[in-house]
Amino acid sequence: MRRIVIWLASTVTVVVLLFGYHTSTDQTSTAGPRSSVGVTPAPAGGSSTSGSPPHPSRSPASGGASTSSGSSSGGSTAPRTYTGSVAQTRWGPVQVEISVADHKVTDVTVVQEPNGNQRDAEINDSALPILVQETMSAQSANIDMVSGATVTSDGYVRSLQGALDEARI
Amino acid sequence: MNGALDRGTYRRLHRRVKHVMGMPLSLALRGRHAADRAGDAAWSAVLDQLREVDRVFSTYRPDSAVSRLGRGEITVDDCPPEVAEVLALGREAQRRSGGAFSVVLPASDDGDPGATVLDPSGVVKGWAVERASRLLAALPGTDFCLSAGGDMVCHTASSTSPAWRVGIEHPDDVQTVIAVVPVRNGAVATSGTAHRGRHLFDARTGRASEGVASITVIGPSLTTADIDATAAYAHGPDAAAWLRSQPGRTALVVWPDATTTLVDGRRPSHDARTRQALHHFTRERSIR
Repeated sequence: MRRIVIWLASTVTVVVLLFGYHTSTDQTSTAGPRSSVGVTPAPAGGSSTSGSPPHPSRSPASGGASTSSGSSSGGSTAPRTYTGSVAQTRWGPVQVEISVADHKVTDVTVVQEPNGNQRDAEINDSALPILVQETMSAQSANIDMVSGATVTSDGYVRSLQGALDEARI
Repeated sequence: MNGALDRGTYRRLHRRVKHVMGMPLSLALRGRHAADRAGDAAWSAVLDQLREVDRVFSTYRPDSAVSRLGRGEITVDDCPPEVAEVLALGREAQRRSGGAFSVVLPASDDGDPGATVLDPSGVVKGWAVERASRLLAALPGTDFCLSAGGDMVCHTASSTSPAWRVGIEHPDDVQTVIAVVPVRNGAVATSGTAHRGRHLFDARTGRASEGVASITVIGPSLTTADIDATAAYAHGPDAAAWLRSQPGRTALVVWPDATTTLVDGRRPSHDARTRQALHHFTRERSIR
């Protein structure tokens, strides 16, 4: 049993060191390896998923991060280009390049694009929009949700969606 | 608890609302886990994930990864890998839209007219909500509709579930509905100027977009639908034409005079039943 624990601990240590390589200037991750955004445990109770949903991961030291020399020193106004390493996403490997001049990002280019094939294969399972009669109220239209130009939290109170949510039906 | 629910119980909606990322997040659940702890847990997980997205991507937070990346203080490799993913999506959207959509935008309050700012917000919202919706899709036997300020993902767990009835807000009168689109599985995103303090603008010209009141895009992915609604809006009077150039996009364009154009992105072989149903409801004067 102890041997297994030691092996596990050393494996974890290796993994942490691998992912920890780039984290010296990374202040967004909480601890240890650079964590993906918002990775949460699988929902409890009755769920049949096999663990947390797949999330993008960083493949360490591949793809030749050419000019990414860590955080840029202040005061430099000459345009510089930083190429990130390859990131694994749901749609395949991605690699982007950022151009910076005078402390502002001026351009983003994609060195390696995601495949995108998975998206094209998805089924559009909906009907066409149906125009409603002008005299029909929202209530008569018997709608479940409202799609409109983005409602901020301020405008929500007066919005149709707000009325639906409040009525709780 | 197990086994089939009777229809009445199954169809009852359970709603939840929370304000995150400066927007109201509305959830409607229906079915097995609509009102139990599993449903609550999934909702909590959705909120946690979106709050984390806000911490990383918000351009209103000067210390977010994206803000710091935008100022050249850190590199992409210093950010969570999702940042690269979002930027790549934004760049692809820029190419598809002929530059109308961009994640590098003109900076508004700067002495330098050529100043730019990194702002992937147009990608992040749809991408984040679509991503979070997978947590809800994991609930067996449960239908959901998750809407962030009017951009939403709909899912039905069974072929016997009724479709979600999504009302499209009338851009001139936000208390009324101009159209209803039934969605079983898919996303709905709307772009327009209603409710917003600032205009959407065309990234190519830097000027406020005119010529369209609102655009609603319906498709399988909210990430794509959200980007398309924004990009189409930036095309102004060419919005419908641009949407037709993108394969498989279904959309409703509402013009400033409240007439509409329906873009049908489905293959022509789509079932005749739907065409007959449309015959009852469509108004020829409203369709261009």
